[in-house]
Amino acid sequence: MNSAMFIQHMLNSLTLGSLYALVAIGYTMVYGILRLINFAHSEMFMLGAYFVFWGITLGQLPWPVAMALAIAVTASLGVLVDQVAYRPLRDAPRISALISSIGVSFFLQNVAIVFFQAIPREVYRPQWLEDPIITHGVRILPLTLFVPFLSLLFMLVLLWIVYRTKAGLGMRAISKDIETSYLMGVPVNRIIALTFGIGTALAAASGIMWALRYPQLQPMMGTIPGFKAFIAAVFGGIGSIPGAVIGGLALGFIEIMTVAFFPDLAGYRDAFAFVLLIMVLMFKPTGLMGERLEDKV
Amino acid sequence: MRRGQIILFNCLAMIAAGLFLWLAKDTFDGYKIQILNLIAINIILALSLNLIYGFTGLFSLGHAGFMAIGAYVCSILIMTPDQKDMLFILEPAYDWVQNAQAPFLAAVIAGGLAAALAGIIVGYPLLRLGDDYLGIATLGFAEIVRVLANNFPRLTNGALGFKGIPDYANLWWNFGWCLVTLYVIVRLLQSNTGNVLKAIRDDEAAARAMGVNVFRYKLLSFTVGAFFAGVGGALLASLLTTIDPKMFLFTLTFNILMIVVAGGLGSLSGTVMAGIGITVLLEWLRVVENPVDLFGFELPGVPGMRMVVFSLALIIIILFRREGLMGMRELSWQSVARVFSRGKA
Repeated sequence: MNSAMFIQHMLNSLTLGSLYALVAIGYTMVYGILRLINFAHSEMFMLGAYFVFWGITLGQLPWPVAMALAIAVTASLGVLVDQVAYRPLRDAPRISALISSIGVSFFLQNVAIVFFQAIPREVYRPQWLEDPIITHGVRILPLTLFVPFLSLLFMLVLLWIVYRTKAGLGMRAISKDIETSYLMGVPVNRIIALTFGIGTALAAASGIMWALRYPQLQPMMGTIPGFKAFIAAVFGGIGSIPGAVIGGLALGFIEIMTVAFFPDLAGYRDAFAFVLLIMVLMFKPTGLMGERLEDKV
Repeated sequence: MRRGQIILFNCLAMIAAGLFLWLAKDTFDGYKIQILNLIAINIILALSLNLIYGFTGLFSLGHAGFMAIGAYVCSILIMTPDQKDMLFILEPAYDWVQNAQAPFLAAVIAGGLAAALAGIIVGYPLLRLGDDYLGIATLGFAEIVRVLANNFPRLTNGALGFKGIPDYANLWWNFGWCLVTLYVIVRLLQSNTGNVLKAIRDDEAAARAMGVNVFRYKLLSFTVGAFFAGVGGALLASLLTTIDPKMFLFTLTFNILMIVVAGGLGSLSGTVMAGIGITVLLEWLRVVENPVDLFGFELPGVPGMRMVVFSLALIIIILFRREGLMGMRELSWQSVARVFSRGKA
C-alpha cells in the first residue's frame, strides 16, 4: 500500500466515522437522559434520506432546501415518536420502553416499505461533490471532505447547545438525576422532547450524507448503520457525547482499515462492530469515557 | 384439587389434542396443516424465550441466532450425502459435513445441543451484563451467527443456504416436541430451581443476598432456553425445507418476542394462547397484502402491510396492556374448576 492509497483510506474512514458519530450522539443523548436504547433511531436515519429524495423529486426543491426541510421534518417526527410511544412508559419498567421502541422501529421500517416501496432508489448528488480533486497523485472526492466538515459543524453546534445554553444545562441535570431536576424546576418533558428533536436531527443529517456517500436508498438502510452507531456509543461510553464522537470515528477507522489491510476479511465487515461490542462489554462495560452506573437496590 | 385429578385432566386434554390432530391430518388442507405446524414451532420458541426473559428476567434478543444454529446442524444431519454433493455448488463441503448423517430425532436433539452449547459460550461472558446491554449483546451474537453462516460456504453453503431439506417435521413431531418443551419448562419452573429463577427476576440483589449463585442459575435458564430455541429452529428447517442466512434476521426474534409479550411475561399458558393467536393472525393478515375486492372496487394488495399492522399491535399492547393477555397468572385446572363451581353456587 502506497501513501496515496493510505491517505484515501484515511479520508474514507474519517467520512464513515463521522457519519457513525452523528448517529451515535443521538443514541447517547437519549440513553443518558432516559436510559433507553432508542431502536427507532436508525429509522430516523433512513427517513431523513428519503425525505430529501422526495423533496427533490416530488417537491422540485433545490438540494440545500430539501436537506434542511428533511432534517426539520425528521426531527419533529422524532419528538412525536417520543410523545406517543415512550412518554406514557416513563414510569414503567425500562424494558417496556425498549420493546416499544423496537415496535416503533419495525413500524416505521414497514411503513417505509409500504409507501416508499422496497426497490432501491438512486440519489441525486450535486456535481461539485463528485468531481475528484487530484493533487500529488492522491485522488480526493470532495464528498469525503464535505461530509466530515459538515459533521464537525453539526457537532460544534451541539456542543454549544449542551454546554453553553440553559436547555443544555437542563439536559445535563436530567441525565444526572431526573427526579431532582423535576423538583428544581427543570421543565423535564420539554427538555426530553428537545433532546429527541436534536438527536433525531443529527440522525437525519447523517442519513442524508450517508445517501450521498453510498448513493442508494432502501427502507432497511438504517438498520446496520444504526446498530453500529449504537455500538460506537457503547464503545465511547454511553451517555457521553465526546465518547460517542470518539467511538464513531474509531469504529469507522477499524472497519475501513481492517478491510484495506486484510481484504480477505471483507465478508466479515458487518461482524467487526458486534465483536467489538462484546469485547467492550466484557472488559470495560462503561466504555472509554463513560461514568459508572451503579445498580440501585 | 387432588394431584391424581390433575394428572387425569392433563391426560384427557392430551388425548383430546391428539384426536384433534389425527382428524386434522386427514380433513384439513395443506395450508391449514402448515399453520398448525407453525403454531407448534412458534409455541416452542416462545416458551423458551419466556423462560429466559419472562421467568428469569434476562432480556435476550439472540433467539434467531440459536435457531439458526439448530436449523443448520439439523439440516446437515438429515440430508443425504448425495443431496449435499448436489447442493454445495460454491465450494465442496468439508468431509465431515459431507458424510454426517443421523435420523431425524437425533438430528433435532443435536441441533438443540449445539444451540445450548452456543448458549453456554455466549452466556458465560454476557450474562453478567445488565438488562438492556444484554439485549443488544445477544442481538450482536445473532448477527455474528448470520455473518458466519454467510462466510463459511464449505459448512453452510454461504448465502445460498440449503434447499430440499427432507420434510420429516409433520404434525406429530412438532406437537410432540411442543409437549416435551412444555413439560420440561413446567417441571423446571415448579421445582425449587424455578423459584430461584423467579427470585432473580424479581430482585437480583436480594437473591444474591440470600446466598443464591445468581450467575449459575442465569446460565442454566439461558442454556435450557437456547436448547429449545435450537430445537424450534431445527423443526422449522425441516418444515420449510429451505434455509438461508437471510431467514434468521432480527425480524424472526421480533415475532417471537411479540408472542411472549402478548401472552404475558411469566405466563406459560398465556404464551401458548398467544402462540396460537398470533400465528393465526399473521397468516390471516396476509389478506391485506393481497388485492381485495370491495363492493366492486379493486383495492390493490400492499406488500409489507402485514408487518405494519403487526408492529402497531405490539406498540398498542405495550402502551395499554403491558402485562399482556395473562400477566403472570396461569390458566390451570384449579382456575377452570373455580369458574364452574362459582356457576353452581
